Amino acid sequence: MQHGIGQPVTRTEDPRLLTGRGIYVDDITLPNQAYAVIVYSTIAHGIIKSIDTEAASAAPGVLLILTGEDAKADGLGGFGPAFMPEDVGIPVPGHRTSRPILAQGKVRHLGERVALVVAETAHQAMDAAELVEVDYETLPAVTTAVEAVKDGAPQVYDEAANNTSFALRMGNGEAVAAAFESAAHTTKVSIYNNRLTANSMEPRGSNATYDRASGETTLYVSTQNPHGVREELSGHIFHEPETKLRVIARDVGGGFGMKGGVYPEEALVVWATRKIQRPVKWTPSRTESLMSDDQGRDQTVEAELALDADGKILALRWAALNNVGAYIVGAANVPVMFSLRLAQTVYAIPEIDVGTKAVFTNVPPTTPYRGAGRPEAVYIMERLMDTAAHEMGIDPVELRRKNLIAADAMPFTTHTHYVYDSGEFDATMSQCVAAADWDGFEKRKAESEANGRWRGRGLAYYIDDTGIFNDRMELRFDPSGSVTIVAGTFSHGQGHETTYPQMVSDWLGVDADNIRFIQGDTAAVSFGRGSYASRSMIVGGSALRYAADEIIEKGKKFAAHVMEASPADIEFADGKFVVAGTDKQMSMTEVAQWAYHPAGLPPELGIGLEGVGGFAATSPSFPNGCHISEVEIDQETGKVYLDRFVAVDDMGIVMNTLLAHGQVQGGVGQGVGQALLEDLQYDPDSGQLLTGSFLDYCMPRADDLPSMEIEMNEVPCTSNPIGVKGAGEGGTVGATPAVIIAILDALRSEGVNDIPMPATPERIWQALADAKKAA
Amino acid sequence: MAKHHIQTTINGDEVDVLCEPSQSLLDVLRDELHLTGTKEGCATGDCGACSVTIDGRLVCACLVLGVEVNGAKIETIEGMADGENLHILQSKFIEHVALQCGICTPGLLIAAKSLLEENPDPTEEEVRYGLAGNLCRCTGYQKVVEAVLDAASELRGA
Ligand code: FES
Ligand code: FES
Repeated sequence: MQHGIGQPVTRTEDPRLLTGRGIYVDDITLPNQAYAVIVYSTIAHGIIKSIDTEAASAAPGVLLILTGEDAKADGLGGFGPAFMPEDVGIPVPGHRTSRPILAQGKVRHLGERVALVVAETAHQAMDAAELVEVDYETLPAVTTAVEAVKDGAPQVYDEAANNTSFALRMGNGEAVAAAFESAAHTTKVSIYNNRLTANSMEPRGSNATYDRASGETTLYVSTQNPHGVREELSGHIFHEPETKLRVIARDVGGGFGMKGGVYPEEALVVWATRKIQRPVKWTPSRTESLMSDDQGRDQTVEAELALDADGKILALRWAALNNVGAYIVGAANVPVMFSLRLAQTVYAIPEIDVGTKAVFTNVPPTTPYRGAGRPEAVYIMERLMDTAAHEMGIDPVELRRKNLIAADAMPFTTHTHYVYDSGEFDATMSQCVAAADWDGFEKRKAESEANGRWRGRGLAYYIDDTGIFNDRMELRFDPSGSVTIVAGTFSHGQGHETTYPQMVSDWLGVDADNIRFIQGDTAAVSFGRGSYASRSMIVGGSALRYAADEIIEKGKKFAAHVMEASPADIEFADGKFVVAGTDKQMSMTEVAQWAYHPAGLPPELGIGLEGVGGFAATSPSFPNGCHISEVEIDQETGKVYLDRFVAVDDMGIVMNTLLAHGQVQGGVGQGVGQALLEDLQYDPDSGQLLTGSFLDYCMPRADDLPSMEIEMNEVPCTSNPIGVKGAGEGGTVGATPAVIIAILDALRSEGVNDIPMPATPERIWQALADAKKAA
Repeated sequence: MAKHHIQTTINGDEVDVLCEPSQSLLDVLRDELHLTGTKEGCATGDCGACSVTIDGRLVCACLVLGVEVNGAKIETIEGMADGENLHILQSKFIEHVALQCGICTPGLLIAAKSLLEENPDPTEEEVRYGLAGNLCRCTGYQKVVEAVLDAASELRGA
């Protein structure tokens, strides 16, 4: 079948998007709309002594100014964590925070929201915002976790001693200590997994309108999770039934986890439109996005590996600090916990002992960013493996081969109680080594040297736990016989508008042109949880399969009635209901049309043909793969040129190769970004953002990346009905260590054994200079 | 502040528009003319989401003032297809799935068209350098580059 599962089908959404007809949130203009501008905190830590809004209120065009005091007076709440460890059965108390929609009394990070100004035009709102005078008493600020846990550090919360919300530890400390005692070799690395931001090319943004007739407010927003936004705003901010608020997300220009939660601005425009009874639109500038979006990573780790003389791993131990910023909100604890739970990655390790602390500082909150904890875990493990291989004089492929969990050990239960259902790590690595022309490296290296460049290669093996929570998918036929997919997930670039219909077409035999797709409107989709954590194909796809199964079961009853047979004698195959052993048959479309006949149907069949499917990822799926990169480094300038990149991924059954490859390529791009370019920097004393534009926060451009070679080793997942594993994050998880390890390989001959991320030319130059000095 | 009266040709249509002296061409296109296909990613000239051509020259619309384009000929993404007939670059973007979220795509298409007009037979490296002014956070650029090279060879063959 041309449109069936596994086919490289092109995307339904593309003609709209590439003719300029996409509708992103800033493209929505509502009649009579007013414009919101936020007054952000200009300091990282301080007490708000007073806010003077008099001059701003008198400025031309100003319609409304709101501060934290108004929020308090209106009884509005704040945003808390989706869960703390104790909420998920871990008996560890932690300091729980509530992030206000506008600061009350205190500001805890640069960019905290202090006041809202609404005016007739965006320029008037901006001018008036300049006139809002906030009198702060500046307090000392702390921006790094390492400093924040020290005695005497500035305290973000008086109640959280040493700025620590909670400490978690997993594994067996005693057994690990014993293993380290007896080990033939131990390896140690110190890592800072730097602070990043998603920087979706479409910034966040929102537009809200209050309907005086119905009393309902509609919020248009750029999000990955429209129902989640409604739930949070209704439940925690406005304390009202969810029926008062309709949330709509149209085209969304990327999210990468950053748009998975809910933000103060979304509450503010809803609040403001109810006050002035006109639509209120908010569009941030890029600098405001860099300052106010929730951020990613920021983990500091001391890690050790104990091995026997043959290179068999005996134990893994690490202790980390996760800088969670000024508030723990939404899914902030996901990366903290996932890094621990994935600690042993793909290796058979007899004992582990891993721990981290969630540490408050005066920088913005962290949130899952593409990978969310898995990049941290894999980066630690792969850096240890590479360093151990180098120290012990063992080939890095060989060292991994000795320690990879064997395919026949599946299902494999890790020390943190993950069950890896399937995976052929050794075979996948071998496939990648072959594809990368591993053996041709020395020749390429010699050529590079002749051109004044060092060449290095890096291999990384990643695994990723993907799919989370349950979700709901609906299939609704209409009387004409065409079908609508009502998705609880939310595509914002992944191409669900193409892939889900592709699957339904395959399963039900309905032509893809007769399949409509809707998502992202709480009034049209009864419930959903959105898209993040590479969950959509696993959870949404599986739920869709069950919805299709329900359609088939119901369809059999209608078909039996029409064809005067017993439902037990109806078989469904290739889009047709057939009375077994006869040539009597009806197509899916005919059956659907029959289901809407105005008369003559037995009442127990009901009216119409609809199916609802639900699926819960009780166990995640575990996509995994091997990435090999080769870099050249200019000996004069220290600039890294990424020359080759090969990935072999096991994402289970692939629904659409074109789209799956796109996920890997984009993911690798972001992983390379962290390794070479991206870094959010704050001044350690003042907490001011030093990377507030695209000039300072650099991201990969077309000339920074090579053409990648991507292959699949499809090992079906056994924990969901369609055999898929998440596709969204693996590229990012694998690429960062693969690139850094390649850089170290290139520089080892010069005495360099460590390099911070991102490995900028300046840092490479510095590392070379330091190595020379030490020699 | 007095508004300025601007007369330009946009995608072949003569357009009269009043704009503030402080409005960028991007603001004028999006807010005054409701041509929202041209996107804003930064407003500082660093991302290329706002790419348009003025008298055939590729520019960032966020760096040009509306009042500067009086009498000029402007091409935006809305004018790239000929009615329902997509430009070959657009077709190749579909064929190669050179977009994911699509927010950067109008800018990339305008930049790619301009690139191929200047250099009908680019190497992969030339395409990568030629598109380096356009940020895309989703695709890793590979399929974009493939689509542009494919379009170039088809245009040369045609
Ligand atoms: S919006 Fe013009 S270059 Fe980014
Ligand atoms: S496709 Fe999303 S930014 Fe390019």
